[in-house]
Amino acid sequence: MIFIDSLVFQHVRNAREGNIDFDDFSQKVIEKSEKIQKKYLPFVTLVEKPVKPEKKGKLFYLPISVKDCICTEGIQSSAGSKILKGYVPPFDATSVRKVRDEGVFILGKTNQDEFGFGTFSINSGYDIPRNPLDPERSAGGSSGGAACLTAVADFPHVALAESTGGSISSPAAFTGTVGLTPTYGRVSRWGLIDYANSMDKIGVIGKCVNDVALIFSAISGHDPLDSTSLDIPDEDFTKNLNQPIKGMKAGVPKEYFEEGVDEKIKKIVWQGIKKLENLGVDIKEVSLPHTKYSVASYYIIAVCEASTNLSKYCGMRYGLHEPLDGNFDEYFSKVREDGFGEEAKRRIILGTYARMAGYRNAYYLKALKVRTKIIEDFKTAFKNVDVLLAPSMPVIAPKFKEIEKLEPIDHYMMDILTLGPNLAGIPMLSVPCGAVNGMPVGMHILADHLKEKNIFKIASSFEKVKK
Amino acid sequence: MTNEKSDYWKIDEKLIDHISKVSRLSLTEKEKEKYLKQLADILKTFKEIDEVDTENVEPSFHPLPLSNVWREDEVKKWKWDPLKNTEHKEEKCFKGPRIV
Repeated sequence: MIFIDSLVFQHVRNAREGNIDFDDFSQKVIEKSEKIQKKYLPFVTLVEKPVKPEKKGKLFYLPISVKDCICTEGIQSSAGSKILKGYVPPFDATSVRKVRDEGVFILGKTNQDEFGFGTFSINSGYDIPRNPLDPERSAGGSSGGAACLTAVADFPHVALAESTGGSISSPAAFTGTVGLTPTYGRVSRWGLIDYANSMDKIGVIGKCVNDVALIFSAISGHDPLDSTSLDIPDEDFTKNLNQPIKGMKAGVPKEYFEEGVDEKIKKIVWQGIKKLENLGVDIKEVSLPHTKYSVASYYIIAVCEASTNLSKYCGMRYGLHEPLDGNFDEYFSKVREDGFGEEAKRRIILGTYARMAGYRNAYYLKALKVRTKIIEDFKTAFKNVDVLLAPSMPVIAPKFKEIEKLEPIDHYMMDILTLGPNLAGIPMLSVPCGAVNGMPVGMHILADHLKEKNIFKIASSFEKVKK
Repeated sequence: MTNEKSDYWKIDEKLIDHISKVSRLSLTEKEKEKYLKQLADILKTFKEIDEVDTENVEPSFHPLPLSNVWREDEVKKWKWDPLKNTEHKEEKCFKGPRIV
């Protein structure tokens, strides 16, 4: 048996051996979280008194945070949106129930771009989380709060996050944390407040690869409540840690090193790739020829699905309520005008337009066909390699004053490296690879559907040699 | 609504009024003006997908092939109070705005 270590592993071992007093430990962690919240704003909701876990499971007494779009029983879950302010779910999402069954306790709900609509967490209906490495900069998005807290916490902690088009890889890369986006359907979406159903994936952000593998093993698995959940046997992904990688094959997609990616980032990621080559990984160049079209394909599909999903928010059954004045048209329009932020409205308009009679074939169906071509690109590449290696993001975490100058289309273009893999539903992990101007750079490790084990093998070896 | 090929990738004022009406968003004039400019930029980029030859290509509604996912239709007891999160209720019903 291979010994796996980290602050989280040590803490759980200690707790299971009876060496940790829950009231004392949880109180300290909450006090620390309050201090972090004052400085960096990772939370939408910070729990005052955590629920004491009953089951002495594999994650006993482990503090976790949950992205605001994942439902938690008794704790406000608003997906970072004002339109869901005050909504307290009477149930846990399946992923939350699974980690609760293993003994975790929930610290709070982490901030995000409203419904996941963003790359920098500036589109939140609440505060904007800061990057702990430089508070003038974004912590990434949309799971910005999750990554911010993970980066700054000096106590054992892992974050449940979510990605639709890159919302785990972006904040992980910007904050120097490890973020896993699993294969679509590997983790149940039941209880997830949806953005784009055919792409939403619940994943994990942790301080190290070991922590991510541990929590991912707990949340993955088939769930009859989610019809898109894959009916496959459970796996223990920690078995893939610290395994030999000599002879594994890695592809470097040339399109992911083209124009638009910061030269310094390319250099750092290439240095990382060379380190893996020195460990015996066979490196070869591959091509994903439809990469250029992933922005259009992704955003058309995403806004179509999102605008449909957002049609249910109307101020009647949960979330934002206003006095029942006017007829239904006036009331719903007023609530939606007041409750949705600017980016949500933009996506509703775009999505409604692209789904209109007469336009559907030209936009939505065309985008879905381009998606098929993008999936085929990945399938072709994975015939010859075990993983693909690339930069996670084309830039380091930008300053808020730089973000202010960007137009919406510039924001969308920032996702160029993460949209293809998210459209294809393949698993990906961002692991810290080095730094540019003192800010972290993430290396993206991608694998074919359900081949997370290849990612964990490569990432766990890389983490040890990266320095 | 028009569906001439030349009209694709364009949103004009008339269309944005129609869209905001059907999507229940009461946009201000200022918002409309801003969105029209931004949407023109976005659609210019999106138009690139016209370059891809998708003749005889099937659309991917999901990343992995899924079909006919069924489960038994079981009767279960509803444990939650559906009215717990609403301010607008009367007896055991949701209370909505007037219809006409």
